[in-house]
Amino acid sequence: MVAKGIGAAVPRKEDRRFLTGRGRYTDDIHLPGEVHAVFVRSPHAHARILRIDKGPALAVPGVLAVLTGEDVAADGLGHLVCGWLVKSKDGSPMRMGKHPLLAQGKVRYVGDRVACVVAETLAAARDGAEALVVEYEELPAVTSLAEAEKAPVAVHEEAPDNVVYDWELGDRAAVEEAFAKAHRVVAVDLVNNRLVPNAMEPRAAIGVWDPGTDGYTLYLTSQNPHVHRLVISAFVGIAPEHKLRVVAPDVGGGFGSKIFVYGEECVVLWASRKVGGRPVRWREERSEAFLADAHGRDHLTHAELALDAEGHFLALRVSTRANLGAYMSTFSSCIPTYLYATLLAGQYRTPAIYAEVKALYTNTTPVDAYRGAGRPEASFLVETLVEEAARVLGIDRAEIRRRNFIPKDAFPYQTPVALVYDTGDYATSLERALALADYAGFPARRAEAERRGRLRGIGISCYIEACGIAPSAVVGSLGAGVGLWESAEVRFTHTGKVQVLTGTHTHGQGHETTFSQLVAEALGVPFEDVEVIHGDTAGTPVGMGTYGSRSLAVGGEAILRACRKLIDKGRKIAAHLLEASEADIEFVDGAFRVKGTDRQKTIQEVAFTALVPHRYPPDLEPGFEASAYFDPPNFTFPAGTYVCEVEVDPDTGRVSIEKFVAVDDFGRVINPLVVEGQVHGGLVQGIGQALLEQAVYDPSGQLLTGSFMDYAMPRADDVPAFVVEFAPGTAAAANSMGVKGCGEAGAIGAPAAVINALTDAIGVRVEMPATPEKVWRALHGRRLAQAAE
Amino acid sequence: MPQVRMVVNGREVAGEVEGRTLLVEFLRERLGLTGTHVGCDTSQCGCCLVLVDGVSVKSCTTLALQCEGANVTTIEGLASDGELHPVQRAFHEHHGLQCGFCTPGMVISAVDLLSRNPDPTEAEVRSWLEGNFCRCTGYHNIVKAVLAAAAELRQQKAA
Repeated sequence: MVAKGIGAAVPRKEDRRFLTGRGRYTDDIHLPGEVHAVFVRSPHAHARILRIDKGPALAVPGVLAVLTGEDVAADGLGHLVCGWLVKSKDGSPMRMGKHPLLAQGKVRYVGDRVACVVAETLAAARDGAEALVVEYEELPAVTSLAEAEKAPVAVHEEAPDNVVYDWELGDRAAVEEAFAKAHRVVAVDLVNNRLVPNAMEPRAAIGVWDPGTDGYTLYLTSQNPHVHRLVISAFVGIAPEHKLRVVAPDVGGGFGSKIFVYGEECVVLWASRKVGGRPVRWREERSEAFLADAHGRDHLTHAELALDAEGHFLALRVSTRANLGAYMSTFSSCIPTYLYATLLAGQYRTPAIYAEVKALYTNTTPVDAYRGAGRPEASFLVETLVEEAARVLGIDRAEIRRRNFIPKDAFPYQTPVALVYDTGDYATSLERALALADYAGFPARRAEAERRGRLRGIGISCYIEACGIAPSAVVGSLGAGVGLWESAEVRFTHTGKVQVLTGTHTHGQGHETTFSQLVAEALGVPFEDVEVIHGDTAGTPVGMGTYGSRSLAVGGEAILRACRKLIDKGRKIAAHLLEASEADIEFVDGAFRVKGTDRQKTIQEVAFTALVPHRYPPDLEPGFEASAYFDPPNFTFPAGTYVCEVEVDPDTGRVSIEKFVAVDDFGRVINPLVVEGQVHGGLVQGIGQALLEQAVYDPSGQLLTGSFMDYAMPRADDVPAFVVEFAPGTAAAANSMGVKGCGEAGAIGAPAAVINALTDAIGVRVEMPATPEKVWRALHGRRLAQAAE
Repeated sequence: MPQVRMVVNGREVAGEVEGRTLLVEFLRERLGLTGTHVGCDTSQCGCCLVLVDGVSVKSCTTLALQCEGANVTTIEGLASDGELHPVQRAFHEHHGLQCGFCTPGMVISAVDLLSRNPDPTEAEVRSWLEGNFCRCTGYHNIVKAVLAAAAELRQQKAA
């Protein structure tokens, strides 16, 4: 047994540097001779660029270069790409407009990049940006998703009606048939509000061209440095892949927004060459982040559930419009399709499901993955409909779920929307959550609240997600442009210490600790002797990065497989040293032992022998390191039940969360401290979506919620303490650890729990975010209507 | 350009600054104290908190010149002789940080709170931390850490 191995709540090894101010984020790095970049952004949602006069900007003392879309084109650079091809119902490929590094001829959203000013100081770069003359001819803009298809405005000529694709999934005929026979149909129209990810560290980059080697280095805030290297080299074409090093040092949160390849990071890399190889640094302001970091969600959906008289779900029919913004960001196409509609079965046996999704361009910031990415939208839809069905049929909201759960003996379970769920036990999570929430005692609490003049409600959300992204062959057949395996290398040093190199990236998830626990357990070495290295394409094996709750389920498995290769090699070396047959060597507690004896060599001794092979098997390579790739055979399916209890002040419309219970089945848990932390964080992002957050554009395309003054991020006193428990857990089948992933669950499951509780409290459903104003109006309107009756 | 003098983390420092130079720029760019972060441009996020004469202030909206003669403590100055401050230790033990970007501001804010109110309730901690955003932790473990640090500091004082 290893202390600090699998299952131990070990405080994180990465903490000390952050707690003492020694974290090293991109903007903390300074290089000799560095200069500063500032981007000039479009003030218009849609306009033709008539003329750019660089003269006044170049005249500002200290300004070294002004770069525009014309310069990008003159240097023959390519465009940004969307890495997943989605096809419409008729088989035609999605209609994608060009996504240039810097605007070429037209700007398409407020914040679109028009020019980059490079100067000796940040102040000079700002002054240069201010002095740059850009003449625009304003064009009509379309900013509303609801109006995008009918608007007399085409954001890109490639999609004249702004429809990028009109996609479908499921068996339409079977669904129609089931609806025709239904006892009852419940329907909802839902808004899934547009969110701004707002990782606390703004995006930043430093680009360096080395004239001596003709090599490039890009330091940046990335969740997946190898993906950045690939896209910047293969599609943008700034440097060949072997001459480009991408470094993502400490990164201050991502939540999806730092997956994508944006124009700014590419431009500073290219700009370094334009200024003779001086490093070019850039850090966005928060107000730029609001405009230019990819937003999340933004769906309009009509959904219908067909039921029999006992409340069994017969079929689900979904029609969604998804806003992609003004350009297709890196993974934007797959979020409202393959990461959304494939989850519409939820935890239920609904036999027939049909979904159609229309993705639309608008003159707004591009929309892409944000924590949960497609799965929160699916879960919110399913769990809103389920509670609506319970209300309409007069069945208890927990009972209607019990009646429809996929039973635990039905796995593996093929859903009608492509996925095969490997394992699950939904009823156990539900019952435990109800017990922790004292569901039975709720009527008394409601009555007590009523005596105080407050409206109390309780809501349930039984979410499921597909994580451990992803089996390469599956995503490849669906249009993905890359494989989604992960890689690892595990190396011993002469002195018996272990270096673990991973292609994933940690930006808050605690990989340095979790992976160390994994390796400590697998190799029987002290936790403290393991160092996890990540985030530098020059020093780590190629990996696809961190998103989709994949790092442990896919990257961790690669690490374990490398460890197993080492143990296999170690057995050969130990057999030689102990003059025993390899078959007689067992590996126990970090040592290779001759079975049934006390003769053994520790793994550190074996590693030393492999590196100093003076007495060594003649046919064996020296060295004690191994690498492995892992391509998962399936997704993992974390699932659970959240129960939220709210109280509403009818005079102000203010909603306060009185209790929140989360019971999650994450399979095997490596570090409960870390996993609970992931749940807490996800829950607050989900609560933020439900009650506080929304990106709002005015009709002309100006972002009204462009700063923390206007965009309501959850603060400490907006949210409660949580009751978080792990269900006994069903082991995931897609990896040998049985882990499922935990990073997105909270954001996926929380919104429906909160809104269902609120609906229960006030008797009417309010769209997210359920701000006090909306709640008050809903209550007031209802009371006025009642008075009129 | 005007001169500014102050004591930062116990060390006397001086330098020429422009009138518009912010305290956070002075700390990060001149003194290399990059533990103090800038997370917004509207004084909302609290990533840039430092103690000026024992009181937490947002260094992104404080001019360096305003701190003439002041005693400034940044996150780098909280631990003494490699020994973490009880608030730092509590954040570690209770997993009160994830990506670490808001952490210096959170820790500084908590130190200020506990110097004013050594025995805060959970609600008081949450209310006090209003000036600091964290996008990772959901605040749960931060609040837990601050309450634990408060208990430890009270115990230290009693001993």
